[in-house]
Amino acid sequence: MNSRILHIATNTFREAVRDRVLYNLVAFALLLSGAAVLVGQISIDIERLVVINLGLTAVSLFGIVIAIFIGIGLVSKEIDKRTLYTVLSRPVKRWEFIAGKFFGLAGTLVVNTFLMAIGVFAALAYVSQHFQSSDASVLVALYFIVLQFVVITALALFFSSFSSPLLSAVFTFSLVVIGSFAEDLRGFAKMTHGITRLLATGAAYLVPNFSALNVISQVAHGEAVASPLVVYNTAYALVYATAVLSGAVLIFEHRSLK
Amino acid sequence: MAAIEILGLEKTYSVGFWRKRPKCALRPLRLTVEDGEIFGFLGPNGAGKTTTLKMLMGLVFPTSGTARILGMALDDPKMKAQIGFLPEQPYFYDYLTARELLKYYGQMSGVDAKQLTSKVDKVLARVGLKDAADVQLRKFSKGMLQRAGIAQAILHDPKVVFLDEPMSGLDPMGRREVRDLIEELKSEGKTVFFSTHILSDAEALCDRVAIIHLGELRRVGAVVELTSSVHGQVEIVWQGTSVPAALKVAGAEYHMAGDTIRVVVAEESQEGVLDVLRRERLRLISVTPVRVSLEDYFVTQLTSAAQEAVTS
Repeated sequence: MNSRILHIATNTFREAVRDRVLYNLVAFALLLSGAAVLVGQISIDIERLVVINLGLTAVSLFGIVIAIFIGIGLVSKEIDKRTLYTVLSRPVKRWEFIAGKFFGLAGTLVVNTFLMAIGVFAALAYVSQHFQSSDASVLVALYFIVLQFVVITALALFFSSFSSPLLSAVFTFSLVVIGSFAEDLRGFAKMTHGITRLLATGAAYLVPNFSALNVISQVAHGEAVASPLVVYNTAYALVYATAVLSGAVLIFEHRSLK
Repeated sequence: MAAIEILGLEKTYSVGFWRKRPKCALRPLRLTVEDGEIFGFLGPNGAGKTTTLKMLMGLVFPTSGTARILGMALDDPKMKAQIGFLPEQPYFYDYLTARELLKYYGQMSGVDAKQLTSKVDKVLARVGLKDAADVQLRKFSKGMLQRAGIAQAILHDPKVVFLDEPMSGLDPMGRREVRDLIEELKSEGKTVFFSTHILSDAEALCDRVAIIHLGELRRVGAVVELTSSVHGQVEIVWQGTSVPAALKVAGAEYHMAGDTIRVVVAEESQEGVLDVLRRERLRLISVTPVRVSLEDYFVTQLTSAAQEAVTS
């Protein structure tokens, strides 16, 4: 990574930390420890399932909220507050700024997820007193969650490069919801015919496929995640995020800052 | 080599939601700023000063035309490493301290990591922020933010410094310090291009000024050139308690203050007045050609521009 991208990413991470974004960890810790204690008392033999389900869903939801609400302001806030002027008047290329912002927020989410993952495993250890080999799948689920964050961050950044924070939030959130049903959309497209099929298939493949990145339920039930899926999801998330970021760069390169 | 060459930069915005109408923010601008000059870019609010600066900084893309800074294109990173920019009413990352902000900007400008800390300390002292170096910018006053802005513009020892309204928000002492700083930059051989509508600052500092109004360049020249030779009048001051009868020429107004009398007359009447003073054995204090102030000149230019607009 070139040094300017690294400095912008570090500064974005520092902003998130100083704006107390990581305080969400406190809420997460309270939620998880409360749930672990409660589950330990009321459930029989399904403690692990409940803790994994609840823990990973919470990791996902907290991260999505952070990715959207910070991501939508990554560019537009810098334009509104004119902090961008003193950055772009230096030897910084516009694509480097976009890349730096992306890596900064993605890095924040990785750190956040790592700390939450420690909480999930701590809760798991509390309710079942020991780890099982199938718990390794929890790590895979967490990895997929991070891949989701990467795509959502890229989407939020894309919308932030040309629209207001409110519209960016609406667009990004809509795509997150629609993307959660991407497999259903693809199934629906197969049932149609003619031009409708063409359009429906195009739309189904254009929206991010978050359903393929969600293996929480599978992992909670102790099922292993197939290696090819890990490779496929990794490639998919990276290609999708790169394409979206390229779009953001293309728009931002031609945007005059009023 | 000229430090800044503006070659027909023009900017037209589209306004309106459904039916877009063109709105000209800057008519084709041609301007050259020489190396080592302090150049004032003057104009009322909305004249096109900030638009010009934003285009030079690569923040706004021109509709047509181009410019070169230090002989290089506006998007050349080598050129950008050699310029400094203070935007109008600057706003910075307020979660950073002044020291952190300057380190960040130094890194972005490619300042050598080994020299960065000492450069930051020096520039903080130079703009009077040494004691506030480790205070977060969200706790800074407007004047302190302006100082931080100036610090980031000069931190990396640029050859050309662009300042958009640098005196804005500063108290009289702060303005004086910034004026001194701009003069120091000139003595270090740097070129300073600054926009302002505070004409006394421009008059005191600039080698040359350009006056822009309604997006159009009105005049360019040295302050002295623009403000002298306009009236062909002289001010004569002498010591006395009453105006000699021979001097009571039609139209001339005499101003008495204590035991001095002052009159402004046409250059051709100067000798006649001096003859009378000699005959009356009155003590002459001074004879000074009247120069119109930059402010008067500026107002004249704007008024004539408005009249041209009405007649066309």
